[in-house]
Amino acid sequence: MSERNEGISRRSFVQTLGMGAAAGALQGHAEARLTGQDEGGTGIVGPGPRPITLRINGNDVRLTIEPATTLLDTLRVHAGMTGSKEICDRGSCGGCSVLVNGALTASCMMLACDAEGAEITTVEGLGTEEALDPVQEAFIRHDALQCGYCTPGLVVAARALLDATPRPSLDEIKQGLSGNICRCGTYTNIFNAVLEASGQAPVTDAEVNRG
Amino acid sequence: MNADAGTIAMPDTIDEALDAMAANPDLIPVAGATDLFVHWPEHLEAHERSYLDLSHLHELRGITFTEETITLGAGTSYWDVIRDPRFRDELPILVNAARTVGAVQIQTRGTWAGNIANASPAADGVPALMACDATVHLASAARGETTVPLADFYLGYKQMRREPDELITRITLPRRAYDFQYFEKVGARNAQTIAKVGVSMTHAAESGWRIAAASVAPVTLRCRNLEAQLDDEGRPASPDDFESALQADGVAPIDDIRSTAAYRSKVIACIIWHALA
Repeated sequence: MSERNEGISRRSFVQTLGMGAAAGALQGHAEARLTGQDEGGTGIVGPGPRPITLRINGNDVRLTIEPATTLLDTLRVHAGMTGSKEICDRGSCGGCSVLVNGALTASCMMLACDAEGAEITTVEGLGTEEALDPVQEAFIRHDALQCGYCTPGLVVAARALLDATPRPSLDEIKQGLSGNICRCGTYTNIFNAVLEASGQAPVTDAEVNRG
Repeated sequence: MNADAGTIAMPDTIDEALDAMAANPDLIPVAGATDLFVHWPEHLEAHERSYLDLSHLHELRGITFTEETITLGAGTSYWDVIRDPRFRDELPILVNAARTVGAVQIQTRGTWAGNIANASPAADGVPALMACDATVHLASAARGETTVPLADFYLGYKQMRREPDELITRITLPRRAYDFQYFEKVGARNAQTIAKVGVSMTHAAESGWRIAAASVAPVTLRCRNLEAQLDDEGRPASPDDFESALQADGVAPIDDIRSTAAYRSKVIACIIWHALA
């Protein structure tokens, strides 16, 4: 990828920006109340930042966040992981999809502090640039995107579907991906990518639209 | 002013949760938070709200089948039911209802008990549970456990038989040999949509008809007059023959952002009539 040859890639710039914002927010709240879990009683958190540890793509990541922060904002702003997209921020579009203990989850609809102790898998955790996830390879081969903004969420949703249902029918694919909206309307190519990633033959637009 | 505004209480046990609710009647219990996050405040304290986060209460998890009863812990998600083959075999009405709630991302987080407590008249899970004669189990620190039949749980729009210090702990359903189960939801699309009209129906020899309707009244409605008509007379010649029973049951839809009163009145009768064909 050409990004790698530049002095500072766009991705690492965004990451640096994210970390800086987090650090700034921390200093600003240095005097704020900080309450954690009490031993043997009901933990009361907030307002005020709180240290948490999230297990993201197999790594423990220590962060300090406001308890009201969604998992999505925590990933993007505090952890600098911008693969999960913030589009609707209200559970309607699927752009922020991640796996939480294997379950497909809208990260904009979950508090980061509720994800403590869980295995979180983001799109960054699916495959590497050298060895893509079969879903990612199939998306590329089928040109299953136009603008690409919904793609990370769709790749994660497709991975979740195939983990549970290794050879899904077209109906099962539609159902499994129904929480992910592609405004460019590349659904036929998306479905065909998932069919290929599960070793199945492609379908036509007419078959997709039949019901 | 809520003294604890801007806080989230995170109990580890039901007893801790009930003590917290007794101490602060303004606490809002939250499970999957899928309704809450549609309007989630960036700064909690600005909304002067405090929440009781139930998502770590393992005591609320779990589904059990005994000879007579099915119990859903209040933490049971739609996904838990979709994945459980016992429901596919015995209560597909619940699986079908669960599959229409948002999409997978919502189904993995949203809970049946949360659907009950959110008290939306457009709920999908509530009418399905109501058609299965669900009972709501509540607990409070002061008064212990109480139960309320789901069909009697709602008193008016967003009004229910849950006191501020009470937490829904589980939902129970009688096990029956249903010979008919039916769930239908009419929305703008098949996923990520809220019902314009919803209907859930069951029939068993021992219980007769059970019919619950969504989005046609301020509450999810059990249609007892219609049930009696079907028990006595069976399917009529025309969906128009349901009109007086549905009116007596309180079906009184409104025009709103999702549909019109006229459409809803017509469609609910037609759905039920076609389901019986």
